[in-house]
Amino acid sequence: MGDALHLAGQLVLSGDPDLWEIVLLSLRVSLIATLIACIIGLAIGSLLAVSQFRGRGAVLVVINALMGLPPVVVGLIVYLNLSRSGPLGFLGLLYTPTAMIIAQTILITPIIAALSRQILEDLNHEYAEQFRSFGLSRIGQMKALLWDGRFALLTVALAGFGRAVAEVGAVIIVGGNIDHLTRVMTTAIALETSKGDLPLALALGMILLTIALVVNGFVQSVRSTATRAAYA
Amino acid sequence: MRDFLDMPDARTRHEQGLALSGISLSRNGTSLLNDITCALPPSGITAVMGPNGAGKSLLLRVAHGLIDADQGLVLWQGDAVTEEARKAQAMVFQKPVLLRRSVEANVDFALKVAGIRHPSLRDALLNRVGLKGRNKQPARLLSGGEQQRLALARALATSPKLLFLDEPTASLDPTSARVIEDILHEEREAGTKIVLVTHDVPQARRLADDVLFLTSGQLHCHQDAASFFQTPDSAEAARFLAGHILN
Repeated sequence: MGDALHLAGQLVLSGDPDLWEIVLLSLRVSLIATLIACIIGLAIGSLLAVSQFRGRGAVLVVINALMGLPPVVVGLIVYLNLSRSGPLGFLGLLYTPTAMIIAQTILITPIIAALSRQILEDLNHEYAEQFRSFGLSRIGQMKALLWDGRFALLTVALAGFGRAVAEVGAVIIVGGNIDHLTRVMTTAIALETSKGDLPLALALGMILLTIALVVNGFVQSVRSTATRAAYA
Repeated sequence: MRDFLDMPDARTRHEQGLALSGISLSRNGTSLLNDITCALPPSGITAVMGPNGAGKSLLLRVAHGLIDADQGLVLWQGDAVTEEARKAQAMVFQKPVLLRRSVEANVDFALKVAGIRHPSLRDALLNRVGLKGRNKQPARLLSGGEQQRLALARALATSPKLLFLDEPTASLDPTSARVIEDILHEEREAGTKIVLVTHDVPQARRLADDVLFLTSGQLHCHQDAASFFQTPDSAEAARFLAGHILN
């Protein structure tokens, strides 16, 4: 274990190209998936926050339930759609980073939609009368809520990114864990551990933890600054 | 509606100003507003007075169209209060609802919603409410009085024809209350119709041109201010003015 940790540290510090290729691909896939999921999820969350309609409760139940989507099921559904015989097979996306982005986006969009809905709805309870007094349109309300809730929503985006970057089940199915093409940190850790190559697995694990710490620290610091200025 | 239009001057007032006809509202079987009918003068300050729980704030919200009455009509210049009509109105709440933004961004928001692009207007408004030089400060870090003045500046940003204020000076320091009262005087002179909910009898004496007096969701009297404070039409109002505690 000690030797493995020592070797893992050397791998990280030496700038091993294979290692950093995996890290950068992981970040690229998860950041793009988080960005797309934020665009879709925040639109859904803000719309639900300002809307009252019949069946709203059922929609909320479904979205909340989708937060717990099993990654392997998402992977399977995306696989079936992107495989050669599937409806989207002609796109030739299976076993590409794009397929992994699609899978991660599907996984984290409900998380972002559900969490943002709750935050924005609480904010809307405070603002609703003032918005009505202004005669603000629904789109205007959504925009204002998203802007005023931006610091709280950073945490939501972070939750989505955390789920995406740590996810293994879906990306291994649709990405295939192909070396130099679709191998990301989590799939590489699973593979190297099964091969008994603990130093690389540990090195990737250390980097994954470091990324999580840095991103959390950054978001926490932004939120603290915003709270001090009464903007959060 | 016929009874309402039979009231003295009601037709003129109904066409020019704010008119309520048969407003009733209940929640969970409790009557909160009961058949309130009145026609307010098209200009000046109307004070809405009464003890706690009288339904003053609720009436203001119904009049502004924030809450739909179970029965009755709210007419502004002869028409029902639509989203479009509400843009010619503004409301300042008892607890100011400020956006999580800077002082100037709060005013800019109101200007933008109203489609007004006049950069100097914002500074003029902030100057008017005594917040000159505070543009960049977070709005929520202002004192209670300053927050209420900012809320008033934001309400005035759209140059409303009808301004509702729900106890705007409650628990404010005298300086802030004075600033707000001075602005209300100026707005009245400029022709803005103001409907003000207040508990504060001396303030109503200073500001009001006419008074609506409510208890338990019922309108007891609507009089011009001078006669209301001299000889109120309702025994309840007389007791209220004498300092009795009303249920």
